[in-house]
Amino acid sequence: MDLEISVAVTADTRTEARGPESAPAALTVNGATYLVGVEPRVSLLDTLREHLDLTGTKKGCDQGTCGACTVWVDGRRVLACLTLALSCEGHEVTTIEGLSDGGGLHPMQKAFIKHDAFQCGYCTPGQIMSAVALIAEGNAGTDADIAEYMSGNICRCAAYPNIRAAIREVRDATA
Amino acid sequence: MSPVVGQEVDRVDGPAKVTGAARYTGEIVLQDLAYGAIVGATIPSGRVRRIELDRALAADGVLAVLTHENLPKIAEPPHLLPSLVGAAAPGESFFPMQDAAVHYAGQPVAVVVADSHERAQFAASLVRVEYDRTASVTTIDEARDSAYEPRTLFGGLMPARMAHGDVDAGLAVADLRVDVAYRFAANHHNALETSATTAAWDGDRLTLYDSTMGIRATQLTVAHLLGMPVSDVRVVTHFVGGGFGGKAMTWPHVTLAAMAARQVDRPVRLMLTRTQAFTSTGHREEQEQTMSLGARRDGTLTALRHHKLSLTSPFDDWAEPATGTTTQVYACPNVEGVHRLVRGNVMTSTFTRGPGETVGMFVLETAMDELAYALGVDPVELRLRCHADTDPRGNPWSSDGLAECLGVAAESFGWSGRDPRPRTRRDGDWLIGTGMAAAAYPVAFFMPTQRARARIYAGGDAVVQTGTQEFGTGVTTVMTQVAADALGLPMDAVRFEAGDTDLPNTSAAVGSSGAMMVSAAVHNAAAGLRDQLVAMAVADADSPLHGADPAEVVVEDGRMRLRSRPGVGETYGEVMGRHHLEDAEALGSWTPPPPDTPHGLLTFGAQFAEVAVDPELGLVRVRRLGGAFAPGRVLNPKTARSQLMGGMLWGWARPCWRATGWTRPPAGGTPRAWATTWCPSTPTPRT
Repeated sequence: MDLEISVAVTADTRTEARGPESAPAALTVNGATYLVGVEPRVSLLDTLREHLDLTGTKKGCDQGTCGACTVWVDGRRVLACLTLALSCEGHEVTTIEGLSDGGGLHPMQKAFIKHDAFQCGYCTPGQIMSAVALIAEGNAGTDADIAEYMSGNICRCAAYPNIRAAIREVRDATA
Repeated sequence: MSPVVGQEVDRVDGPAKVTGAARYTGEIVLQDLAYGAIVGATIPSGRVRRIELDRALAADGVLAVLTHENLPKIAEPPHLLPSLVGAAAPGESFFPMQDAAVHYAGQPVAVVVADSHERAQFAASLVRVEYDRTASVTTIDEARDSAYEPRTLFGGLMPARMAHGDVDAGLAVADLRVDVAYRFAANHHNALETSATTAAWDGDRLTLYDSTMGIRATQLTVAHLLGMPVSDVRVVTHFVGGGFGGKAMTWPHVTLAAMAARQVDRPVRLMLTRTQAFTSTGHREEQEQTMSLGARRDGTLTALRHHKLSLTSPFDDWAEPATGTTTQVYACPNVEGVHRLVRGNVMTSTFTRGPGETVGMFVLETAMDELAYALGVDPVELRLRCHADTDPRGNPWSSDGLAECLGVAAESFGWSGRDPRPRTRRDGDWLIGTGMAAAAYPVAFFMPTQRARARIYAGGDAVVQTGTQEFGTGVTTVMTQVAADALGLPMDAVRFEAGDTDLPNTSAAVGSSGAMMVSAAVHNAAAGLRDQLVAMAVADADSPLHGADPAEVVVEDGRMRLRSRPGVGETYGEVMGRHHLEDAEALGSWTPPPPDTPHGLLTFGAQFAEVAVDPELGLVRVRRLGGAFAPGRVLNPKTARSQLMGGMLWGWARPCWRATGWTRPPAGGTPRAWATTWCPSTPTPRT
């Protein structure tokens, strides 16, 4: 049987080989475009933290299991530790620093404070990036949905019930 | 102005944490920062025969590779002592890379330093180590026959055996006897932020940014190991991404970071990988516990024997003390608690959330549950009958909320209507059961004098400082509350600063003692400053308060006034202005009562659970958890509730969901620690 393969090539996709030494890359993060020099092996997470000094995105496991590094690429949740920085060229990266449009806190940030949905705070940026996306995805309908679709974000302080309360509040306020 | 202590105040560091502005140790920006990477031993026991460094040294960006062959020797060997004591607190009586010996898998055998994180990690992968392997022990089963009873535990602070009466005689006169035995896998803390240290030298002075629960412990330990004056070591930590005991002691990587920074003459950041977190900062030891209870028909206990057998390192007689609480909660004339150890090729284990009690109380309360069933007595009623009026020395409890907690939690849970017969309630394929347990945790008094400093400026804003550290407990929030009330200022006029050894000293934040001991020092500093300014006003002929009795002066919103005549008074700023003072300052301290204080020192609580079990698949789901606790004066119900909730979820997850095991490596292969944590749909506990 013939397998139909469709490949979409965007204008942004660079095809020339780069690396292993540092290569220039244009990354759009929180609406601003940065020209950085990174080796192709460098993750989006380390690029944000070590090259752009955007340390709100946290490194918990560096292997895709804890969710602390959750950011959005083109509005979709991704794990920055499993994403190569160079693969984000031509895409919009949003981090916790870019969540709020303007001076005030995003409603989810306010709800996390109000419900004490964190203790040490290390998982919190990832939790919040997931929580906001969860509602946009339509995956926050029930407590079971919230638990399931937030299950990629570990909170070792075990603030889970408070995290769900914060998400419910924002969901209901924006419904 | 009403007091803020006791109010549900939002965390003062909340905005920094939800916006990503909070900087943790691995996020400190320093000029010329270099990156360290540890190479851990891939055998559990033996010697390094040869280390091949050529490829690592030739890799791009590599600044140095340290091994036992070129690392400077430490000045003094470490001696384990719990950080609560306030002295140097190495996590194990061992420092790696001093010779070729390998005592446990993951033990550092080399440290690579490079100019980027990726280059350090890659170069570390190029270090080739050849070993001569010797026989190893990594589980109790492999060396059960070698078990021994140490004289003391816990860095010598606790006896390994505690006993009174005659347990055999007590069991002989019992109408009923219950024996339980449990095995527990090891556990790792796995704080979401792995332990990290950034070390920077300025001449002979060292600054360490360290993810620690005890900055002072880090300072003293590193100074001790490097033979430095303590005053030349400063430790800073503003946010710690979780601790759970794994950051309560100072582990070897901290000092290795300092040594590496000195070697390359640049600041070095060393952040453990998640894999290394299983072999670098201790763990809760693999253990077995047995308990025998003897009782009369009315439930009166005649004997309680509680034994623990656990695995420890080659260097230390360490076990979380499991029997200290279990031998106190219930009245019993014949009691025996004994810890026995097996030495193995693991690093020294350490505190893990609810150290000792988490496992020990599980065993006691499970045995009590079995006893209640055997006696046909309601489990709550049995606890009430057996609970001791005093501690085993006959001292009254400093406070005793057990009966009240049992009542409150039972009521809110709906305990009275339950059918106690096993396997009688079903929900579809699930069997539904309910159960309860008493909770108890010691009030620890090992710590030295705690100190704090309060300073107020003439404009009415204040800074209160102490060397504690925030890792999620809410200490910065509740200390701001305590200081605001004591100074008579609104909370937003008070900034609480911590996390720096240049500030007045407090002990490590361990043993659930922080709220009590730090708040006492903070209160005394702030109240001392208030009293100083009130004294200045009543002695000042130009003050409306001149000649007043200081005891009759109260302060609200920064204004001192007479209690009886609110219109008579002035602000702090007014009296300071007349005295040409831009600021005023006071130190406060608090010294804990002696360990032989004539009180029983336990904090009590009660927990109730509804659990669903699928009898065919073995699935367990906790549907409801309800707890009531009597922790003393609650400074902030919001942060206290979160702490208790976290404890309940850890306590439940402990037997149900979490385990670390060590794989038996194939010959020549790499031993690996593996861990499992399931995160089921968690219920909402009511506390």
